[in-house]
Amino acid sequence: MRDVGVKWYNPSRIITYLLLILMTFLSVFPFYWMFVIGSNDTSAINKFPPAMIPGTNFFVNAQKVFDNIEFFRAIMNSIVVSSLITLSVLFFCSIAGFAFAKLEFKFRNGLFVFLLATMMVPSQLGLIPSYMIISKLGWINSLNAVIVPAMVNAFGVFWMRQYISATIPNELMDAGRMDGASNFRLYWNVVLPPIRPALATLGLITFMNVWNDFLWPLVVLKDRSVHTIQIALRTLNGAYYQDFAMILAGTFMATLPILVVFLIFSKQFIAGLTEGSVK
Amino acid sequence: MSAKVELKSRQDLGVTKKTLKQTTRDHISGYLYISPFFILFGIFGVFPIIFTAYISFHKWNILGAKEFIGFKNYQMLFTDPIFWKALGNTFSIWIISTLPQLFMALIFAFILNQAFLKGREFFRLAVFLPNITSVVAVAIIFGAIFGQQYGILNYLLSFFGIDPINWRASVIGTHVSIAAMVMWRWTGYNTIIYLAALQSIPKDLYEAATIDGASKAQQFFHITIPMIRPMIIFTVILSTIGGMQIFAEPLMFSGAGGGAIKQGLTMTLYLYEEAFTRNSFGYASAIAWVLFLIIVGFSLINLFITKRIKSAE
Repeated sequence: MRDVGVKWYNPSRIITYLLLILMTFLSVFPFYWMFVIGSNDTSAINKFPPAMIPGTNFFVNAQKVFDNIEFFRAIMNSIVVSSLITLSVLFFCSIAGFAFAKLEFKFRNGLFVFLLATMMVPSQLGLIPSYMIISKLGWINSLNAVIVPAMVNAFGVFWMRQYISATIPNELMDAGRMDGASNFRLYWNVVLPPIRPALATLGLITFMNVWNDFLWPLVVLKDRSVHTIQIALRTLNGAYYQDFAMILAGTFMATLPILVVFLIFSKQFIAGLTEGSVK
Repeated sequence: MSAKVELKSRQDLGVTKKTLKQTTRDHISGYLYISPFFILFGIFGVFPIIFTAYISFHKWNILGAKEFIGFKNYQMLFTDPIFWKALGNTFSIWIISTLPQLFMALIFAFILNQAFLKGREFFRLAVFLPNITSVVAVAIIFGAIFGQQYGILNYLLSFFGIDPINWRASVIGTHVSIAAMVMWRWTGYNTIIYLAALQSIPKDLYEAATIDGASKAQQFFHITIPMIRPMIIFTVILSTIGGMQIFAEPLMFSGAGGGAIKQGLTMTLYLYEEAFTRNSFGYASAIAWVLFLIIVGFSLINLFITKRIKSAE
């Protein structure tokens, strides 16, 4: 939609694009710089002015990372934890959202308000007793400690409920019931297919949140063999002698998978995020 | 008795037995489908909250026996200078990070919503990108950016004749560095939320205003801001809750304990240290409860302000 008579070099447009370019630069530069440092040797960074273009030392630094932490093990742990939680969240949140949106039962609204209220409770509040429960269960240093408490969450239920209310007409439900479909069949055959975009978004959000989670894994996963990538990175950073080139090479490698996932699904992700927030 | 009457009348109206069964079925499936959340929340939500309160009235480290001491942990907390420092740090970082962040997000969203804009998809992606980075990665990268000797920021500042700043050593330097991490990670997220809100405003509102002779600025303050206010409130609440719980950034930037003069010690970091470094579970639980009450207090204030703005209209 082009306004008639407004030239491209209109000053306010130039300012707009300049601001956007600055914004893009600020967003992207830290990623770039992470790679610059990660691919130079440490002495190059200690120079003043610092190196500004990527070097050739990336694989040397990467090798140092592998020597210091169990990098691939940590990545695998992160993949396992994130995938299992994502699958579980998608199932339990969507079916609960379906119940809150489309099934009539006593105390439904009260329970939903309660669910919303639980989102206000910071996870730190229950940190110590949760730790005790996990240690009673013998799950310290087990991935279960991270997976089980995160299998379903209030935000996901809320999100799915909003989306299902807005997209599935009651007539569709009634038609299904006429055909004698059980509630689970309705959920599986009538509700799930049209809400796939919302599932994709919730899945991505969940996957990224779990991948990036820090405090709880830090508390319950102490042994190196069960570290997630974030905890492994912290170990890398906490070494007595800080080899910045190595640390940032590790950070780069740890960020790469999630960056790729995001770039592949970005359209769906942002569209879903904005849709969900307005609904 | 009355139920029977109702039952009869419904049957008279031609409601068959099957629909009655349907409501029972809906009840069973309804409770069944929502039960996983409530069971899990019971175990890892309700119980820990109550138990945290219980522990907070005890003196307890993990090895020794529990000893009931009433409100002593709380009394100690309120006279503990380190706690006040942590509280002050948390608030300082929260304000330095939230205000500019939301303001910038609003501007970016406004720019991204311009009708003539080309490449909107690309810029939207670019502004959102930092949000996918982990807190740990952000802390490491910004730790390098804010380094004293080799940091790129000090290098840039040297062009303006500013001597290298030891960001880590000073209180304000630490807060600014940590706030920069939060801002970098969250401005894009808020931009996207605001942009969505802007796009949901019906175009004819602006057209009508233009016909009535309202200027662009008037339109902004009388149409745009009121229409996206729910989203602004949403983001304020979200960043408040997030800001009060800030943990990974200070831990990574200032190290355990929050640095030499506790310049990076936040409430959650203090909680973590007390619980898992010093094993004083009772004291840490008291911190957890105070933190929780502060967050609830904030949310109530937010709600109150929202209501007042609404009723003022």
